[in-house]
Amino acid sequence: MQSRVLLAAMACAFVWPAAAAENPESAQLAAELAALREQIAQMKTAYEGRIAALEEKLASARREERVDAAASAPPPPAQSAARGASAFNPEVSLVLQGAYTSRKEVEERHIGGFVPAAHHHDEDGHGGDRRGLTLDHTELVLAANIDPNFRGQATLAVLDGEVELEEAWFQTTALGHGAGIKAGRFLSGIGYLNEQHAHQWDFYEQPLMYKALFGEHGYTQDGVQVKWVAPLAAFVELGVEAGRGQNFPGDERNLDGFNSRAVFARVGGDIGASHSWRAGLSWLQTRADARENHFESEAFGEVHGAFSGRSRMWIADLVYKWAPDGNPARRNFKLQAEYFQRKESGHLAVEDEEGGEALESPWRTRQSGYYIAGVYQFAPNWRAGLRYDQLRSGRQFLGDNPAGIDLVDYRPRRFSAMVDYSWSEFSRLRLQWSRDRAMPGVTDNQVTLQYVMSLGSHGAHKF
Amino acid sequence: MAKCVMKHLLALLLFLCAAPALAAVKVLATVPEWGALAREIGGERVEATSATSALQDPHRIEARPSLIARARAADLLIAVGAELEIGWLPVLLRESGNRRIQPGQPGHLEAAALVRLRDVPETVDRAMGDVHAAGDPHFHLDPRNIVPVAEALAERLAQIDPAGAQDYRANLARFLARWRDAIARWEGEGASLRGVSFLQAHRSFGYLAHWLGLENRGELEPKPGIEPGSGHLSRLVDRQRRAPAAMILRAAYQDERAGRWVAEHTGIPLVMLPYTVGGTPRAGDLFGLFDDTLARLKSAVSSAPP
Repeated sequence: MQSRVLLAAMACAFVWPAAAAENPESAQLAAELAALREQIAQMKTAYEGRIAALEEKLASARREERVDAAASAPPPPAQSAARGASAFNPEVSLVLQGAYTSRKEVEERHIGGFVPAAHHHDEDGHGGDRRGLTLDHTELVLAANIDPNFRGQATLAVLDGEVELEEAWFQTTALGHGAGIKAGRFLSGIGYLNEQHAHQWDFYEQPLMYKALFGEHGYTQDGVQVKWVAPLAAFVELGVEAGRGQNFPGDERNLDGFNSRAVFARVGGDIGASHSWRAGLSWLQTRADARENHFESEAFGEVHGAFSGRSRMWIADLVYKWAPDGNPARRNFKLQAEYFQRKESGHLAVEDEEGGEALESPWRTRQSGYYIAGVYQFAPNWRAGLRYDQLRSGRQFLGDNPAGIDLVDYRPRRFSAMVDYSWSEFSRLRLQWSRDRAMPGVTDNQVTLQYVMSLGSHGAHKF
Repeated sequence: MAKCVMKHLLALLLFLCAAPALAAVKVLATVPEWGALAREIGGERVEATSATSALQDPHRIEARPSLIARARAADLLIAVGAELEIGWLPVLLRESGNRRIQPGQPGHLEAAALVRLRDVPETVDRAMGDVHAAGDPHFHLDPRNIVPVAEALAERLAQIDPAGAQDYRANLARFLARWRDAIARWEGEGASLRGVSFLQAHRSFGYLAHWLGLENRGELEPKPGIEPGSGHLSRLVDRQRRAPAAMILRAAYQDERAGRWVAEHTGIPLVMLPYTVGGTPRAGDLFGLFDDTLARLKSAVSSAPP
């Protein structure tokens, strides 16, 4: 608006002088013209002053900016990594695992003196019993915060023709006071190794102890876990779990309640800058209602036995880690050991192959075992480890044993040595040798070359 | 007798439970530099500790039981962010069960969100090594970046402990005055370092180089987070003839072997820098960190062959 007035005034200033010379009323016009010119000059100086002031302000602002440097400037919007709809996608991680295994051909692998933990993977071997080149299950993990209060995770184990839901749980993140609740299907917090997935293991196979107690995967709960960290200077954590208890050593009972309950307590701390440790004690109880297994009988050959009763176990675990000055990047050492004792009491109903009348006997066992493993990273990327496993078939009482079931008194044991190389924290190649005497009368020297590769946003691991 | 023991145990337990409530504001920093800053701003009112020491690689720490216990008790957590602690901090936060220090709470302060990060990669692929998608997280080595973090920290402390708000603001003003003077002094001392070229063990010194005008000639790691191999190191030695660097820099926590090998084969000095508070005896606080860093750089330049 102002600029238009200015333009009009300027136009007048140029046109009028020519007319003024010829016109008799020129004296008055000349006076008006002079007044206009005066006005324009005033406007010009006013504007020039204001522009100069603005320029000065701008320059001083620039100087101040330079003084505070780029440091205090807010980060540019481009810096927030994920934007738009994809920002809310869960963290995805995929673990590829496979191996070459050389071992004896054994018809039915089992652990001498222990009732096998029935598992649907047994038919296809699930890597564990197969020989030669094998592809182990591929693990797909999806995890994300659900909202400010919850976090969720699902772990799928994918193998030919089947997808197994290993874990599917949510947990609270905002309860505070050291408490956390986890619900859904999750790996139980008992013991040390139980919560770890296969790709985190330091050896190709889990210890004999875990295989005897729970089968291939560790103990999975469909239930609820409550954990609490005590407000102390030292680490003290308590947890309780209640679950459906359908997995070995319990079985599917379809109760209007829960069939498994677990309690665990852990303490831990540092000794100086270089040493840290954690120790725990766990207890698990489940019940079985006609848990089926095969047994060898002197009288009838192979028979079906169904156990009904209570299974209780406790596990003690200890982990110790060393790293010079607490910096594990170059060298570090880890020692872990676990011990268990399991008691089962109830009765066993035995049917022969023809399905004749069941023979009942009491069933009372007390079995135990342990493993101890040390892994040393002696150079960047290189680790070497030793592990010793031993179980004790212990007391197995069947009363008069009317079905004549063979009770094997045996101490299964295995010694393993491994060396592995990691190009980065996402890729690992492992060579392992084991002398496996888990079965009476069989000494199996096994050699395995295994790879573990992680793709995607691989989550942090626990201690 | 048993009763008496029980009584004592109960009293001890009550004392242990009550003790944290009586103490000052508990600040847990993931790295020593922010622990030191919390001591500057918080003064007597805070009890600041760091989850890591200057001799530990902040990328590779485990969520140890002792750290879970400390995170459980903390009123304020100061993290670097930009994925530096991605391998352990998420687990630590979840396992602590401490609502106050979860992301989004006043007790969770992420320093990287307050500064402009450098070297933000255009694409992110693990084939490039352990790259940080949000940018280079080692920004505390440009002392100007300490300023916005100090300001934010004072505000957070005032929010968490309103009774001490006056103290925190006064401490902040005092600290910033000293800090700005120190920056001017360091920039004066560092003027002679402008244009000095260097190799570094890991990409730790990008901000320091940008601030002082040093020239980065490459890393001993072939890719971020990947261990140096002999092939890559030989190439660096070869390149030294064409584009010579004046020194090799490594942080106190980084292994010296690769650097020493290159130093022996090129004749340029291997310089250990404290990198963070506590990295050398002289780097006892934030001022000492930069005093010592500059002193070490200058002595390396003066001793280097022409």
